[in-house]
Amino acid sequence: MIAELGHFALILAFCVALIQMVIPLIGAQKGWSGWMAVGDPAATAQFLLIAVAFAALMHGFVTSDFSLKVVYQNSHTDKPMLYKVTGLWGNHEGSMLLWVLILSLFGAAAAWFGGALPPRLRARVLSVQASIGVAFLGFILLTSNPFTRLAEPPFNGRDLNPLLQDPGLAFHPPFLYLGYVGLSMAFSFAVAALIEGRVDAAWARWVRPWTLAAWIFLTIGIALGSWWAYYELGWGGFWFWDPVENASFMPWLLAAALLHSAIVVEKREALKSWTILLAIMAFGFSLIGTFIVRSGVITSVHSFANDPKRGIFILFILALFVGGALTLYAARAGAMQAKGVFSMVSRESALVLNNILLATAALVVFVGTLWPLVAEMAWGRKLSVGAPFFDKAFTPFMVILALILPIGAMMPWKRAALGKLIRPLAPAAILALAVAGLAWTLETGRPVLALVAAGLGSWLVFGAAAELWVRAGRTPARLARLPRADWGKATAHSGLGVVFAGIGLLMAGQVEDIRVAQVGETFTVAGYAITLDKVEHLPGPNYTTTEATITVRQGGKFVATLHPEKRIYPVQAMPTTEADIDNGFLRDVYLVIGDPQEGGGWAVRTYIKPFANWIWAGALLMAFGGLLSLSDRRYRVAAGARKAAASTIQPAE
Amino acid sequence: MLKRLALLLLLATPAHAVQPDEVLADPALEKRAREISQVLRCPVCQGENIDESNADVSRDLRLLVRERLTDGDSNAQVLDYITARYGEYVLFEPEKTGANLILYWTGPAVLLVALGGAFVWIRRRRREEPAAAKALSPEEEARLKELMNS
Repeated sequence: MIAELGHFALILAFCVALIQMVIPLIGAQKGWSGWMAVGDPAATAQFLLIAVAFAALMHGFVTSDFSLKVVYQNSHTDKPMLYKVTGLWGNHEGSMLLWVLILSLFGAAAAWFGGALPPRLRARVLSVQASIGVAFLGFILLTSNPFTRLAEPPFNGRDLNPLLQDPGLAFHPPFLYLGYVGLSMAFSFAVAALIEGRVDAAWARWVRPWTLAAWIFLTIGIALGSWWAYYELGWGGFWFWDPVENASFMPWLLAAALLHSAIVVEKREALKSWTILLAIMAFGFSLIGTFIVRSGVITSVHSFANDPKRGIFILFILALFVGGALTLYAARAGAMQAKGVFSMVSRESALVLNNILLATAALVVFVGTLWPLVAEMAWGRKLSVGAPFFDKAFTPFMVILALILPIGAMMPWKRAALGKLIRPLAPAAILALAVAGLAWTLETGRPVLALVAAGLGSWLVFGAAAELWVRAGRTPARLARLPRADWGKATAHSGLGVVFAGIGLLMAGQVEDIRVAQVGETFTVAGYAITLDKVEHLPGPNYTTTEATITVRQGGKFVATLHPEKRIYPVQAMPTTEADIDNGFLRDVYLVIGDPQEGGGWAVRTYIKPFANWIWAGALLMAFGGLLSLSDRRYRVAAGARKAAASTIQPAE
Repeated sequence: MLKRLALLLLLATPAHAVQPDEVLADPALEKRAREISQVLRCPVCQGENIDESNADVSRDLRLLVRERLTDGDSNAQVLDYITARYGEYVLFEPEKTGANLILYWTGPAVLLVALGGAFVWIRRRRREEPAAAKALSPEEEARLKELMNS
């Protein structure tokens, strides 16, 4: 009964979305304010209805209602409650429902907080947002109904994939979806602006916070996924260049580019048509990602059960939205008159360079991800493109980006003199070189990589510090009074530096040891004395586990006792490795217990991973920087300001 | 169903990534083996390299790599040997031949074109715009005067 209510709510939501798509658009065209105003309540209603459907499905999962097909396929009564709840989005149908829930949440948020938007623009934004809702609600209802019943409910379910039975599932997908579904707002604003035929500073001021919010979520989502892979997969990899990872990474790169180009539109009214194009492409890549995950054209560890019918449906949606938006763009982009003129050496040019690097890097990832498909279809060549290719093809872009970032960030608008930038940045450069040299001398594994990573990372951090210092007029007291946007920028850029340093130093200096250890035996890895104390077989809630107790000492001093496990989930008949990690500021000690050996003893893997946590700490720092920038007074003021005010008050820069 | 069966078969012979008995005694040789393993794809898995993979065929490949190395092959020879038997599919970094050159050159080519395009665009705009941006229309002049006087 509750499931049927959910299904009914979903159908109603589809109808409301249809209304929200059509009525405000006509209203905006004809100037009928009553019709335009339909968008706001419709957006709220659409969100509430989808929330009801979501709650109904949640009820099915929580109460283990195995008459629902999706619950039967992905749940089990013995599963801990956390995974019953999160299992909702651990499958295709449920995750699609989360997808549209978030989509409608963003639409509703635009209605709730968009009071100061010009009514015409708001009506059009809501209408475009609703059209995406119509497409995906239709997709769910026609191909992926989560409320399908089974005629004869089985006694118990088939359980969730054990790899997904992890707290990571609670946070990684929702954040990821908040990120790339959030980019739909940038898309809706872009299309609305194209229909309207004008883009100005006020428009950019509206788009930037939405994009920034989406980018923050996406950053956190990707970082969580990477961290999850790091501890769950049993050998401490943090990024695999898997097609589905790439699917989330491409929108991230484009969203980062969009954030920066929107600043140019906001402050200087230049790069308008490029910014619109980026907004379309950023969400376009989100849709491509959805296609990659759910169509089965590319095999990946992440992909959901694949059905060609679904793939074609999503491909159709993708073609309709990206194709439609690009057609509109071709027709209207000429009308976007750019105003600001700038010199070859200026903040604007630096941001253009940033955009070129980020967009080209995204293109490289795109080509690499789809190349196996293209090569097979066009030339019948079955081939693979994986980490070794991406490492080589992608990294140079990031190196160039890191090199120019602090210089570009320091430049003034319109026209800059490179000579004037050298003095404040010189100390940062010297410090960075010193850190690079230090890393080179200390690193024994791959010293060149360590040198580059540490050098670039610290160049970004010190460069950001130098910029803050200059902006504060070289007076410590004024540092605290700098706008939050300045702090946000410096924090996010430093975060990028920390990520670079973490990745490089980890890859340069990690130590691995694989051996057979007898119980009671002590062995040494990179200065750590590791003792396998005991190995026990223990029952878990819905698995059995082989748990080792291992003590780590360094120089005779106790460091940690770790309990790596090897679990077997009987329902899915699947083993998982649960590594145990002693997290540290400078290194992780990462232990994995393997199989019992024929001659007695256990396979034990030990990894010393230097600076591993810097990768995720840096990503969080980037997200925090975004948050600081989002909380800047400018946006809070702008949120209350009228359009007229926004177009007369120009930023002082 | 087949997938499930394959999974069960995997379970029957538990193997997990690199096993202690596979590791070569010579650390330099082992290091090379690991480097090669990173670029070889497990033929039956979903995008894992043979170094991480738990599949039996990956174990066979790892052993094969080590066998060739101890027989004195260079890294390139080992890769050629395996590619000749398992096809280009097992290489994570495809051969730089034929159409694959598109894959390798798209990035650099697009970067150069974009840089060139941006350069020309910024320069042209600077040449066109200053006149338009600097010169005020008569109405603007009048308005300016009015503002200055008020």
